[in-house]
Amino acid sequence: MNSLPEWITANRIIITFLVLFLFIPVLVLLLPSSSNIYEQMSSNRRKSVALCAFFIILIFTLALLFEEVAPGARIVALPLALVFATLGPLIGYYNSDKIILRMSAARPATREEHLFLKNTVEGLSIAAGIPQPKLYVIEDTAPNAFATGRNPEHAVIAVTTGLLQKLNRREIEGVLAHEMSHIKNYDTLLGSVAVVLVGVVALLSDWMFRTFWYAPRRSRRRDRSGGRGGGQAQAIILVLAIVMAILAPIIAQLLRLAVSRRRELLADAHGAFLTRYPEGLASALAKLDADTEPLEVANKSTAHLYIINPLREHASFLNNMFSTHPSTQERIAALRAM
Amino acid sequence: MGMIVLIVFVVFVFYVVLAYNRLVTLRNRIKNAWAQIDVQLKRRYDLIPNLVETVKGYAKHERDVFEKVTEARARAIGASSVKDQGQAENQLTGALKTLFAVAESYPELKANQNFMMLQEELAGTEGKIAYARQFYNDNVMQYNILREKFPTNIIAGIFNFGPQDMFEITVPAEREAVRVKFD
Repeated sequence: MNSLPEWITANRIIITFLVLFLFIPVLVLLLPSSSNIYEQMSSNRRKSVALCAFFIILIFTLALLFEEVAPGARIVALPLALVFATLGPLIGYYNSDKIILRMSAARPATREEHLFLKNTVEGLSIAAGIPQPKLYVIEDTAPNAFATGRNPEHAVIAVTTGLLQKLNRREIEGVLAHEMSHIKNYDTLLGSVAVVLVGVVALLSDWMFRTFWYAPRRSRRRDRSGGRGGGQAQAIILVLAIVMAILAPIIAQLLRLAVSRRRELLADAHGAFLTRYPEGLASALAKLDADTEPLEVANKSTAHLYIINPLREHASFLNNMFSTHPSTQERIAALRAM
Repeated sequence: MGMIVLIVFVVFVFYVVLAYNRLVTLRNRIKNAWAQIDVQLKRRYDLIPNLVETVKGYAKHERDVFEKVTEARARAIGASSVKDQGQAENQLTGALKTLFAVAESYPELKANQNFMMLQEELAGTEGKIAYARQFYNDNVMQYNILREKFPTNIIAGIFNFGPQDMFEITVPAEREAVRVKFD
């Protein structure tokens, strides 16, 4: 190690590698998905894993950059950020079913009143090999449905009365299969983890900015001994740190939404696999998309749970990037290609 | 050197144990899935006497239809082999079809709350039977894939994990009958 210049530190080598590693998940994400139902399921799963990998590498890169800016910070900052960012979502995760049911004014579906609904959910849970989720009905004419709960044992499916009135049985079955897949794939858990990761990234970038602001001299002095190469490396690292501190929270948020969209496509594919009838869900989505009535009990914080965006925002490039759901046209096309 | 051999050996043993346990798990899941089908079939048998009684109340003259249904049900319950049961189930499905066709000509019966409930319940149970069979086949497929894949095929061979049969519908008519269509 003696022959290496002083400014090449282990920390910086790792940062370089991590930044390079960030491209691997991106490559996986860019792989085209094929149309076969089995292929769609495994490709969606692969891409979810790639997104999570990207997240984790991003967080480590940030933590190491933080170390460069303020030596010793990594040891304190990363665990602290993890603890802070986990608290809120953890409570949400454990009570997701109760909180959301109360927010959406749902009531339990009875066997007498909703025999077909009950039977279909029972059948689908047999097909999926998971316990029967609790079934709720929301009194609202806007057709929509959602699933939540921290694991299949505590799962809940809720549908609006509008959905039951406006869709035929095949279509309702398709929608329920989509929700069942969310439960089987632990999407509530994944969504909560994604929220935690976004929180960690946001906290780390925020602290990094503050450290820049209040203690810039200490870190500069340390590397002056490194000569010209050291100065340049320090400058590059600083620029990288600033760029990352600005971009990371935005990237993290976009990533979380990309995870959410990916899981929607996976639930579509898996739902079609359960009913062996993709057209049911496809025509249900077409009907839901054509219905312009917004769901009154939904808001920004629960919108991502529903099978289709309940707030009825306009589709545009920006809206699509910041949306929790893929465009309905894209979803229908994927289902019809199976 | 001795250390490396030891590590390789431990890893190998670990792998064999994992693969063996995976095969055992999947084989038991298949058994469970098969039992699930039976649960739903039994539910269907239990619904039929009620249905027959309800229809009898409105359509007394259709005696041979009732007899056919009752007979087919008894045969299906008594069937000993899978093949026998498959045939008896076919017969039962056919008989039930006739029963519902007959019910079509009795408007009062069609409007009966109890009859509508039973019809819905029966359709639901038939859907569940189809789903249970599908789940069974999915499990068999998973097991067979693992059993035939390299290198688990070697372990499956040593410990005698035989192939499992998929549930196949031999009569195309049954496929339509089991998945009741509504639209």
